[in-house]
Amino acid sequence: MASWTPLHVVTGKGGTGKTTVAAALAIALAGRGQRVLLCEVEGRQGIAQLFDVPPLPYEERRVSTGLDGGEVFALAIDPEAALLEYLQMFYRLGRAGKALDKFGVIDFATTIAPGVRDVLLTGKVYEAARRTGDTGYDAIVMDAPPTGRITRFLNVNAEVAGLAKVGPVRRQADSIMEMMRAPSTQVHLVSVLEEMPVQETLDGIAELRAANLPVGRIVLNLVRPALLSPATAEALTSGTLDDGAVAAALGRASLPTAAADALVGEGLGHLERLTLQDTQRRIVDAQDTPAVELPALPDGVDLGAVFDLAQRLRDALVRADA
Amino acid sequence: MTGRPSTSPPPRRRSTSRRAGPAGGTAAGPLDVDALLADRGTEIIVCCGSGGVGKTTTSAALALRAAEQGRRVCVLTIDPARRLAQSMGLTELDNVPRPVDDVDDSAGGSLDAMMLDMKRTFDEVVEAHASPEKAQQILTNPFYVALSSSFAGTQEYMAMEKLGQLHGQDNGWDLIVVDTPPSRSALDFLDAPERLSSLLDGRFIKLLLAPAKGPARLLSAGFGLVTGAINKILGAQVLSDVQTFVAAFDTLFGGFRQRAEATYALLQAEGTAFVVVAAPEPDAMREAAYFVERLGAEDMPLAGLVVNRVHESAAAGLTAADAESGADRLRSSQDPDDVATGELLTVHAERERIAVREARLRDRFASTHPQVPVVPVPALPGDVHDLEGLRRIGRELTADGTAGATPVD
Ligand SMILES: Nc1ncnc2c1ncn2[C@@H]1O[C@H](COP(=O)(O)OP(=O)(O)OP(=O)(O)O)[C@@H](O)[C@H]1O
Ligand SMILES: Nc1ncnc2c1ncn2[C@@H]1O[C@H](COP(=O)(O)OP(=O)(O)OP(=O)(O)O)[C@@H](O)[C@H]1O
Ligand SMILES: [Mg+2]
Ligand SMILES: [Mg+2]
Repeated sequence: MASWTPLHVVTGKGGTGKTTVAAALAIALAGRGQRVLLCEVEGRQGIAQLFDVPPLPYEERRVSTGLDGGEVFALAIDPEAALLEYLQMFYRLGRAGKALDKFGVIDFATTIAPGVRDVLLTGKVYEAARRTGDTGYDAIVMDAPPTGRITRFLNVNAEVAGLAKVGPVRRQADSIMEMMRAPSTQVHLVSVLEEMPVQETLDGIAELRAANLPVGRIVLNLVRPALLSPATAEALTSGTLDDGAVAAALGRASLPTAAADALVGEGLGHLERLTLQDTQRRIVDAQDTPAVELPALPDGVDLGAVFDLAQRLRDALVRADA
Repeated sequence: MTGRPSTSPPPRRRSTSRRAGPAGGTAAGPLDVDALLADRGTEIIVCCGSGGVGKTTTSAALALRAAEQGRRVCVLTIDPARRLAQSMGLTELDNVPRPVDDVDDSAGGSLDAMMLDMKRTFDEVVEAHASPEKAQQILTNPFYVALSSSFAGTQEYMAMEKLGQLHGQDNGWDLIVVDTPPSRSALDFLDAPERLSSLLDGRFIKLLLAPAKGPARLLSAGFGLVTGAINKILGAQVLSDVQTFVAAFDTLFGGFRQRAEATYALLQAEGTAFVVVAAPEPDAMREAAYFVERLGAEDMPLAGLVVNRVHESAAAGLTAADAESGADRLRSSQDPDDVATGELLTVHAERERIAVREARLRDRFASTHPQVPVVPVPALPGDVHDLEGLRRIGRELTADGTAGATPVD
């Protein structure tokens, strides 16, 4: 059996932080002397934006160091370029390859032909995961399509294998599926602690499992840290800590007492949000996919923040492995 | 709209207030949603924006509010969250609007809602335009199946198709509110019909059709190379499937293009209003800015921007820095009220930092797009999944919202 570079697929509901988490994971995995490839497949140039570099071409570029001096490379996989590369590599089509492009076949194949786009995107990842030597990687992280499409995306080669009975396409499809289902692959699902995203995540896990795709972890992102002690929470909800008490305390700290009312309101809002989070956290804890949590960073995400999240991810993963 | 009740013919005047494109002049005030909904000239509202910002929530909230204020509304939603769908009675997946229960109809309005079934909508178009045998041939073709169920852009295109159908139906509606699909970019919605028809008009498809239609000499040497290559890689079956698909579709091409053009014209009509939804995040605000500019360029009527899930500073005047230093001073106190207040100040400081960051984004939009009316909607602590939640969003979308002092997230 072939052996592949570990592949981490990062999916999740739109806007929950897939790109951010994928980048943080790539940085976390790039330990001393290691090379990690971070790739995106949706043509959004989200990685380039995050690392503040010009739009990525169809070429592996070094974009960052890792946590302990490793290296992170990035690649934006473009299906058209991947198709031409693929045709060249496997068929040495030469003139016919150019003709395909000229006649709009490449365009047709990558936009309308069933699954071809996904075959090409996963095919390129497979090619990188099989590579050894100087151009090979120690890990690959994919900023993948959202939860609703992920199973179909990763499973597309199984469909191809069903269509193509023999030949090189069939062989390639079979090997890609073998890699996708191998223990070296893990599909992580990013979610936030809200009802709809959590439900969607659990549905996604069930779908992945049904397709024999290996589920890694749930990454609970944008988690609000609890800022109130249990005693304060209790005093707020029971009403013993009221506007008057807060106003008095504000006065002692030489702050405007008029803010008391708003502070109490904000405190209650904070507790309400935490209660909702806890409800969802219990749902996540009650199932068997392990979860890691990343806090909502109040100042948003810049490159420094991605390193902060990378450190937290690694700590959580190391702790879980211990 | 053909389904207009005869008692209240809506005035067909061009309401300049709804045209807020970048071509407009002076600074706009806040977006007056109630005026937009009350204006009988508003026949279609399209809610657009990038993924996850609250398009479905906003369209449902607008539709419910309009209905409870007396409009006869139909809302076309796309992939609503399960619980929201249930609370709107969207459990029948038959691709037609159904009345929503528990809507307050005391003002004489009504609300029908449906959830778009993209594939089914496409199938219906095929069935309506091809002979039964030909329709069958198309519906089972693997390329059609892929096109109708997963082609990027089909959902957008089918949303428009359905809008065209609903608008043409005589069901007594005087307002249709349309949600748009969770595209990566709001622009996809406007580009979808063009993408689809240019794809179907592409050179490859023309060539595939040529042997069936034209003289054999059209089969150039180049094309022979192409078919040879395809056969070599994928086998002859694939090429013949493509050919069947293309030939079967050929008869529909004209129809498709025409329909797309008609719907596009509908979007430019004066009874249409676009409501752009954004979250106060850099990406979403950037998308919203692109979209607003594009609407202007296409001469499409923009009503304004909803900035959804906003954190506003509640204790105005108390900055994050002041709150933090106050918290430091109170933390070491022996008095439990001091300690608790210190913690509250920490909550406030965090919130304030977010509010400041969001305000900066909103200000930037306001200064680069001064003519676009904007309304903020606060982030509520929980999901919006029932009619009561939608009413709440409806109030927040309008002046009513400022009255409520419920704590927000
Ligand atoms: N832990 C965090 N703390 C604060 N902000 C965050 C955090 N994670 C992500 N964000 C912000 O949330 C937004 C969405 O994140 P991101 O782009 O990574 O999501 P995504 O799932 O890739 O979105 P899309 O579905 O659009 O691709 C960004 O503005 C990002 O900066
Ligand atoms: N103002 C708000 N406060 C709190 N939650 C909100 C608010 N607006 C929307 N939500 C919640 O945010 C989530 C996403 O909203 P919604 O489904 O309307 O977004 P969308 O733009 O339609 O997303 P998609 O692009 O995936 O279709 C839902 O769970 C909804 O309940
Ligand atoms: Mg992303
Ligand atoms: Mg939606």
